[in-house]
Amino acid sequence: MKIKKCAKKLLLINGTILDPLAGKEYKGDVLVENGKIAAVGKISTKDADVIDCSGLIITHGFCDLHVHFREPGREDKETLETGSRAALAGGFTRVCAMPNTDPPIDSPESVRFIVEKADACPIHIHPIGAATKGQLGKELTEMSGMAEEGSVAFSDDGLPIMDGGVMRRVLEYGGMLDLPIINHAEDVCIRNDGVMNEGRTSTRLGLPGNPVEAEGVMVHRDLELAKLTGAKLHVPHISTAAAVKNVSEMKKQYENISAEVTPHHLFFIDDDLKEFDTNLKVAPPIRSQSDRKKLIKGFKNGTIDCIATDHAPHTIEDKEATFDMAAFGMIGLESCLGATLNVLVEEESLDLMTVIKALTVNPREIMGFETDIFAEKTPAELTIFDPKESWEFSKNDIFSKSCNSPFVGRKLTGRVKYTIVKNQIALI
Amino acid sequence: MSLHHRHLLGLEGYPAEDIQTIIDTAFTFREVLDRPIKKVPSLQGKTIVNLFFENSTRTRISFELAQKRLSADTVNFSASTSSLKKGESFKDTVQNIEAMKIDACVMRHPTPGAPLRLTEYVDAVVINAGDGTHEHPTQAILDMTSLQKKFGYLKGLKVGIIGDISHSRVALSNIYGLITMGAEVTLCGPATLIPPHIEELGVKINYNLDDVIEWADALNVLRIQMERMGISLFPSVREYRSLFGITTERLANHKKEIIIMHPGPMNRGVEIESAVADSDQAIILDQVLNGVASRMAILYLLLGGKAES
Repeated sequence: MKIKKCAKKLLLINGTILDPLAGKEYKGDVLVENGKIAAVGKISTKDADVIDCSGLIITHGFCDLHVHFREPGREDKETLETGSRAALAGGFTRVCAMPNTDPPIDSPESVRFIVEKADACPIHIHPIGAATKGQLGKELTEMSGMAEEGSVAFSDDGLPIMDGGVMRRVLEYGGMLDLPIINHAEDVCIRNDGVMNEGRTSTRLGLPGNPVEAEGVMVHRDLELAKLTGAKLHVPHISTAAAVKNVSEMKKQYENISAEVTPHHLFFIDDDLKEFDTNLKVAPPIRSQSDRKKLIKGFKNGTIDCIATDHAPHTIEDKEATFDMAAFGMIGLESCLGATLNVLVEEESLDLMTVIKALTVNPREIMGFETDIFAEKTPAELTIFDPKESWEFSKNDIFSKSCNSPFVGRKLTGRVKYTIVKNQIALI
Repeated sequence: MSLHHRHLLGLEGYPAEDIQTIIDTAFTFREVLDRPIKKVPSLQGKTIVNLFFENSTRTRISFELAQKRLSADTVNFSASTSSLKKGESFKDTVQNIEAMKIDACVMRHPTPGAPLRLTEYVDAVVINAGDGTHEHPTQAILDMTSLQKKFGYLKGLKVGIIGDISHSRVALSNIYGLITMGAEVTLCGPATLIPPHIEELGVKINYNLDDVIEWADALNVLRIQMERMGISLFPSVREYRSLFGITTERLANHKKEIIIMHPGPMNRGVEIESAVADSDQAIILDQVLNGVASRMAILYLLLGGKAES
């Protein structure tokens, strides 16, 4: 991957412009001048650097609401800088970073630290602040002060807020600020020591199971509390049929609900763990084929709003362990488009527009980011990709500091070629 | 005579003909064990390491004895006396041992799947001596050897497995092996200790021990671990005994012959009454001897015989 400054005038020609905000797809060119959108349509201009986009899609830069960039504390796994490179390789121009760092991002000062560091990075990184101090699920953080410093949402990330009373307060207080609350939806008592989906495969492998009900009951509780308090609730990495059903039901009664799904929950099933591949050890776990099918259905009917990677880098030492000792999580930015298009477009014949909306307009709307990317004078955030290319994901395609990806060796469909953001262009 | 797999990691998907070959070979070695000189030169010059990352007395001794009877050189490694406590990783430990030119590793490890990982790190033949709550294939083979010796057949045999199924590698390997060999299996124990979806492996569940006794030709009684009581998996020894304890009185109510097995170590007076354990119905000590013979058969076939893959 090469990252360079955009030419003063950069002309993208002969591409297919996919405008997910307008819901339109047409042949055309895009002119970027001084890093800003200058014109979209049929363009003839002089003195421009030209990129031929024949056969390629030009669309909004992707936005990921759920990444872990590990800084501060675990810079051996990822930094804001290396995470940004992984994002660029995956076509992401904007990400939201979870607060489960060491120490966690749970004060206005620590939010400012991320914002200041992110300023020097090649993509836009927005911190999500912790909802409770130390992510301990007990005392509220200074959400207002954190919001002023740039926190775009609140979450205790991997640590579910188990106390329903505390969750109510978090929703009330966060609701006052009109920012989304994200709760890792797993009842930890029901999950117990489960390390994979509870089912036939966990029993066969002798591994402790995490039943779908651990997610189902927690999502149900959170939805009820969101309705009670009037807050915005975003349900992360939805993995079960029950959670899809709960979200779908609640969306009929109450509008401030959104949900995300990861590419890996769409792509893999629990049977894939039969060789004890620790790269497939994630939270929530990879579920059964029938849950996977319900996630796809929930995506198709709009119950699920967006795709988020839950990009979770871990060192080789943390993953090259026996299954019980290995860390939870996989990286996902670089493989996101290829995995998602492979499942939703190639296998499920869903239209490209719906999928791209879930990577662009929808997550931006949830967080309140600018959505009119093709408007003149908007700082260019563009992703250019080949929607048809069939390729095998390899370690060479990884730009993260870690390489814990079960997609290595898998066939993917669709590949990012260029990512433009912050007046720079990444050639993937 | 040869087996289809180079390692013995578990009995899930293990071919029936290979299980039969091992059992038949075990019978041959049983005869050797009845001779005044119990040693054969089959594995002379082979080096086997017993890697025990978890405490074990009987399995380790059984393997060691099998190795010595076959004239192999053996090295023992146990986690409590090793450098693992110094923070050395699993990978480093096994690679160090591999570097010493070992022909086979017999491994017990607390984590499911650890033997499969081991095959990626070493060139030696790997034999799983128990991986957490996953499999314990050599125990299941010795149980089947004992059953075949007693009944003369396995196909159609009715076997009840009694007790803590969830935390038992013995149960899972027995299920895989017995189903493959055409036996019928019914599980019986507290609902909290029966894993979900286990019926999908082709077994039945019955919480009524008397029904199971009435149905079965043999019972394999598992050890109940007292520490499970503390985490609310069952309320008390008294209640466990009254629902699932194998007692003379209970057996006497059924006017039939039934064989009792136990993989050991037993909690006498809890899952099994002393009088039952010491009775003629119990083949528990026979299992121990068959354990040595079965492990001799496995080592011989994997290291002496020629493997196809």
